[in-house]
Amino acid sequence: MSNEEIKQQVSAIFPNVTYDESGEFLNIVTTPEEFRALMETLRNSTEFSFDYLFCLTCIDWKTHLMMVYHLLSKKHRHNIVVKAKITDCNTPSINTICDIWQTANFHEREVYDLFGVKFINHPDMRRILLDEEWIGYPLRKNYTDENMISI
Amino acid sequence: MSLLGAPEITEEGEFVINIGPQHPSTHGVLHLKVWLDGETIKKVQPHLGYIHRSIEKMSESLSYRNFIYATSRMDYISAHINNQACALAVEKGLQIEAPPRAQVIRVLLAELTRLSSHQLWWGCMGLDLGAVTPFFYAFRERELILAIMEETCGARLTQNFNVPGGIMYDIHPNFQSRVKDVMKQIKSKYQEYDDLLTGNVIFQQRTMGVGYLSPEDAISYGCTGPTARGSGVSCDIRKWFPYDGYEKLEFKEILETGGDCYARYLVRMAEMKQSVSIIEQLIDNIPDGDFQAKTKMVLKLPKGEFYQRVETARGELGVFIVSDGAASPYRIKYRSPNFSNLSALSTMAVGTKIGDLVAIMSTIDLIIPDVDR
Repeated sequence: MSNEEIKQQVSAIFPNVTYDESGEFLNIVTTPEEFRALMETLRNSTEFSFDYLFCLTCIDWKTHLMMVYHLLSKKHRHNIVVKAKITDCNTPSINTICDIWQTANFHEREVYDLFGVKFINHPDMRRILLDEEWIGYPLRKNYTDENMISI
Repeated sequence: MSLLGAPEITEEGEFVINIGPQHPSTHGVLHLKVWLDGETIKKVQPHLGYIHRSIEKMSESLSYRNFIYATSRMDYISAHINNQACALAVEKGLQIEAPPRAQVIRVLLAELTRLSSHQLWWGCMGLDLGAVTPFFYAFRERELILAIMEETCGARLTQNFNVPGGIMYDIHPNFQSRVKDVMKQIKSKYQEYDDLLTGNVIFQQRTMGVGYLSPEDAISYGCTGPTARGSGVSCDIRKWFPYDGYEKLEFKEILETGGDCYARYLVRMAEMKQSVSIIEQLIDNIPDGDFQAKTKMVLKLPKGEFYQRVETARGELGVFIVSDGAASPYRIKYRSPNFSNLSALSTMAVGTKIGDLVAIMSTIDLIIPDVDR
């Protein structure tokens, strides 16, 4: 399916999403409220069938956090990027998708560990790389550590 | 959780034991918490992060020329391919392409890396299952490849040979003749490899039907590389999204449908032959010309997001660069193949015996620094 067709079909169900085509992939920007329903549609609808989540990460833009999901359909061979903008930087949270794509389980734990985004309904919301007692979220731009040296 | 001392027993009578973080078969510092009913595995929970070095955080303060070298320390067995991914990602941002000579040399070294990586895996796989001899045989041939690497790149493991726009130096004058010699030797050893392990009855009994991964689970868990191809899932980035001229080469994507340890084993064994075939296609056809495109001293990527994926020896490595126009990346994410492959370990291991866990871990080909980053 071409980017135009994906845009048309997504807009028919989710009229509020916005698009960004400046990069390599078509970016669909959504809100945390609508996000879960959008992801379910992208996975389960036969026209989209995005069955492979190949990258899941977060970007700290200081004013907001941007969740980034890279999706690929093994059947149709099309890629898209779904982004969800979280404006609450103090207690960020978003719905989990680890029941839709199992790989999200570890990746969401990593984002929680390094960015502090809580994933609602995640079965095992613990830190994954750092120690349980670690204070702060290292990949946030406002993270400071007295032991940190600049190189 | 009791790390030392008496093992924990749950209310259901399940026995909880810890494997690792210091255990030879985990190939690094991986800690697995295993729930057992008798000898049968009920649940596996990996605990990661023992060698987390925050490479992503470090990269945010390094320049676009320097951050590449940090990635050699991720998957140190296929460091060259990691570097290649980063160099390609920066090239994508700068909208330049490496000259044909550099591309061919990159591919040659990448396939040599894949071969040496698979040889290391083959030796260790034997060792994990109690066969000591394959280890020596594998290292005998791997040493020849590492000697070539040392001569051309100056290092055996962390080659750091890729730069944005090409490669750092031209190849050593001996490179072509030595590679041809080594390929001849390696081809003569296939039969020996098969005699030692592939056809070995004990080996087959320990791997056939063990650690089944269904194709649906493989895709859902984001498994890539030989781990997924052993389940019949096509995922070779060299075929799906070719880079550095792979589209011009003739090679097959190896698929096995068994989904068990033996299938994953066969995929890697056949991939070695494909790598040799790629090297033979290219070694006499290295084009003349520059080995590096002209780039500015300080690289600045335009604002935007750039994603580059390559096929390392273990699967799909993705480099996601977010640039705000400055001389160092705003954010970098490494989508490492091992991190996703490891998450499927629990699915593969549940229902098997405790001894099979070692065989399963072996066929995922875990490199822990790549998991922890």
